[in-house]
Amino acid sequence: MGDPPPYPEPPSQEPGTRRSSQVSEPSLDQIQYPAGVPEEEMPQMPYGQGPMMSQASVPGWSQWGGLPQQESMPMFPPEAARVGDMEYPSMNLGFPPEFQTLPYLDESRIQGADQTNLILQQLQRDQGNLLQRLESVYQDPRSNLLDQFYQRDPQQLYEGSQPGPYIRDDPALQFTPSELGLPPYGAEVPEPEPRQLAVQNAKAYLLQTSAGCPLSLYEHLVNLLTKILNQRPEDPLSILESLNRTTQWEWFHPKLDTLRDDPEMQPTYEMAEKQKALFVRGGGGAEGEQEMEEEVADTAVPNVMEAAFYFQQAGVGLSSDESFRVFLALKQLVEQQPIHTCRFWGKVLGLSRNYLVAEVEFREGEEEGEEEEVEEMLEGGEAMEAHAEEEGEEDEEKVADVVPKPTWKPPPVIPKEESRSGTNKYLYFVCSEPGRPWTRLPHVTPAQIVQARKIRKFLTGHLDAPVISYPPFPGNEANYLRAQIARISAATQISPLGFYQFGEEEGDEEEEGGAGRDSYEENPDFEGIPVLELVDSMANWVHHTQHILPQGRCTWVNPLQKTEEEEELGEEEEKADEGLEEVEQEVGPPLLTPLSEDAEIMHMSAWTARVSCTLCPQYSVAIVRSNLWPGAYTYATGKKFENIYIGWGHKYSPENFNPALPAPIQQEYPSGPEIMEMSDPTVEEEQALKAAQEQALAAAEEEEEDEEEDEDEDQDD
Amino acid sequence: MDAEGLLLSLELASGSGQGLGPDRRASLLTSLMLVKRDYRYDRVLFWGRILGLVSDYYIAQGVSEDQLAPRKTLYSLNCMEWSLLPPATEEMVAQTAVVKGRFMGDPSHEYEHTELQKVNEGEKVFEEEVVIQIKEETRLVSVIDQIDKTVAIIPRGALFKTPFGPTHVNRTFEGLSLSEAKKLSSYFHFREPVDLKNKTLLEKADLDPSLDFMDSLEHDIPKGSWSIQMERGNALVVLRSLLWPGLTFYHAPRTKNYGYIYVGTGEKNIDLPFML
Repeated sequence: MGDPPPYPEPPSQEPGTRRSSQVSEPSLDQIQYPAGVPEEEMPQMPYGQGPMMSQASVPGWSQWGGLPQQESMPMFPPEAARVGDMEYPSMNLGFPPEFQTLPYLDESRIQGADQTNLILQQLQRDQGNLLQRLESVYQDPRSNLLDQFYQRDPQQLYEGSQPGPYIRDDPALQFTPSELGLPPYGAEVPEPEPRQLAVQNAKAYLLQTSAGCPLSLYEHLVNLLTKILNQRPEDPLSILESLNRTTQWEWFHPKLDTLRDDPEMQPTYEMAEKQKALFVRGGGGAEGEQEMEEEVADTAVPNVMEAAFYFQQAGVGLSSDESFRVFLALKQLVEQQPIHTCRFWGKVLGLSRNYLVAEVEFREGEEEGEEEEVEEMLEGGEAMEAHAEEEGEEDEEKVADVVPKPTWKPPPVIPKEESRSGTNKYLYFVCSEPGRPWTRLPHVTPAQIVQARKIRKFLTGHLDAPVISYPPFPGNEANYLRAQIARISAATQISPLGFYQFGEEEGDEEEEGGAGRDSYEENPDFEGIPVLELVDSMANWVHHTQHILPQGRCTWVNPLQKTEEEEELGEEEEKADEGLEEVEQEVGPPLLTPLSEDAEIMHMSAWTARVSCTLCPQYSVAIVRSNLWPGAYTYATGKKFENIYIGWGHKYSPENFNPALPAPIQQEYPSGPEIMEMSDPTVEEEQALKAAQEQALAAAEEEEEDEEEDEDEDQDD
Repeated sequence: MDAEGLLLSLELASGSGQGLGPDRRASLLTSLMLVKRDYRYDRVLFWGRILGLVSDYYIAQGVSEDQLAPRKTLYSLNCMEWSLLPPATEEMVAQTAVVKGRFMGDPSHEYEHTELQKVNEGEKVFEEEVVIQIKEETRLVSVIDQIDKTVAIIPRGALFKTPFGPTHVNRTFEGLSLSEAKKLSSYFHFREPVDLKNKTLLEKADLDPSLDFMDSLEHDIPKGSWSIQMERGNALVVLRSLLWPGLTFYHAPRTKNYGYIYVGTGEKNIDLPFML
């Protein structure tokens, strides 16, 4: 720091007083140091070596300092005059960034205060460059000094200066003539020296903005430094980068109005509100105790958390807070509907939403009113249709040409199973997320099951979405979902051998026609099977849901059995068909068959059994996984067991899916003598025929006239 | 998913129903750290689990400094001892394409595949049935490679490319915004770009070369092979692949949490076009 700057004009300043030690600004050093400044002054500088710049790196300052002294100082550039203004460092543009760490006013430089005053006096006297003044103005740490300063140099200050330090101002105002190196009005325009030009170019470069970003680097740095000076963090250099990023982010993402909610977060808040409602306990405070007892006594809500814990041992299932929410949602369901037993069946994934499925059984006598109404409507409809057919038949007979009746009869509709039996043994409720209302799924019909076996479609998540497929599925997504649930339940609901047993009041098996037993009850003497045995052999597990026959039902129904209505109509025709079809009774494996009897898939067992943790077999549970329906799991330990399904709802098939081919083209009716298709006459033929007819008519009339004339003539005679 | 935040990641990805048991989690936390130390990886990702009939394969991948460099794959049967798998080659993929069905769970198991091959003997040409043995390890390698190439994804902005070539993790990635999170174009395939050069100049003009240097999911074939869902209101976005069912990608918008995991049988869903 010893070499004197190439300062052309030795200012008439006192060397001793000009303590550039007060500031780390090299400019001040250079400006105020005349040649031969005593070096001993330098060590007194309070700042460490860091902020001190070598003079060699400040080539331009000297030039800057070399602004013509002749210029009077009529007016400070407005922003520069503000004490401690952040705009001040704009003068330093073009220089290494260290220069821009402005001297934080150091309280320790008490000595500097006096010096400041002296300097200010000097400056006032001196017509020297404006930069010096700015420097000293900026150095002023105390307001009293400022006042002095203001008093001293009223003209030089911009009168409209804003209060407070470090106020960021409009970048547009930075473009003042003096900063650009041009003197304020009146003065001569000096030749822009190359270094000044460099400064101007540098500043212009920093001020440029790109098309994609309206913020210039200049402005960003201004923002950043304002922020730093306002907040005065402890160690700014270490957090400089994060401050940089946040400043930039804030510019582009201004904080929204506190009164308005963030629109993007709206659905999250709604969901949270709904789920909050789940957590509220029903009932008032005074009845709290009573309700607690009632609840503890007997409730239909299953212990979802326990099942979730065991499944988690195997790595299956939802996360624990999700399971808890499911539990609360089931509790809500139980409160809303008259439910006798309830079980969490599982989760079916869909494209846009998922389904949480609950398997419930209504209480005795609480028949679903909706179902009955629907059935009545159907029956009423059928009666009306029958009536219409009869009328139609009569009308047809009156018509001269009888349209030939098609010989095709739709295949008889297989009646769906009664509630509480077979595939419709349980009722299913679905909802897409805990907190949303539960929707009941309709009962499944055999036709739907049969069709569901032939198609393979993803569920979208909306119950009323149509299922577009070939062969066409009779129903919408709710029916398809229900059909898949029925298939999965029938194939994968298993329990350890002995947990369920058949009831003691058994009907004669022969009388039931081999339909098999369809009811079971819990075995009170069940002892539990050791986990290792459960895993070893599949014979220790049994199905406790009925197998679905190819017909689509669990109990077989002869489709040719006539109902009364059918017998009233078309008896004659039905008789002709009797002899043709003979339907074999379909038989499936009876209830409670062990898994070892299950068919294999391509030399692979349909089930995989594992112990949940090989490292501690004494405390693990047995987990069985279905290979036929990926996603179906069962755990069992001691006397407890549970089934769950989490998956997409499709069966596993090692072969590719081959969609059903369209039906062959139907035959037209055979042409016979009584029905012969003839081509319609063309227009010319019709016209010719018409002309001929007219001619014949005209000829006939003429003949009649002739005859009358003849008769008249005869009479006349 | 990154082995660093394994537990949180597993929680967030649990919506698909498959995860890991507590004993497996504990062993993974320990063993993956050792793997990282031994093999000197920059990051270790827990890739997922392939369900076999006898036992499951647990797969992990090690990523070096350059995030887009080919990743090393390791497998384990008990989450403790990891073995390195050879890198996949075209030949392997072609060879194992004929194998169908589930994985056995035994790496030394061999699938037999009979093929008709033309054999030249002198002047005669006749076909002979040749039984080719394919090892399960080869099949494992090719399946993992296929899944990686087709459905391993990351959000836009998670990696950035330096002008010198290597790709780095973007430490300033703060997560996608909510509107971006619902679009398929904000997610990229975690592999070398294939389609990028086919874009028109107009499209390329809007891209940021440091962030948009991979293929996005927008143009995946078949269209609709991704299912995007928001869970917990808008607090979590989950993408599930329909082409390889079992792959779940999760991301919590406006946070740095993201990752993917594959838990499945390792079979491609070829029936996808019929199912949409």
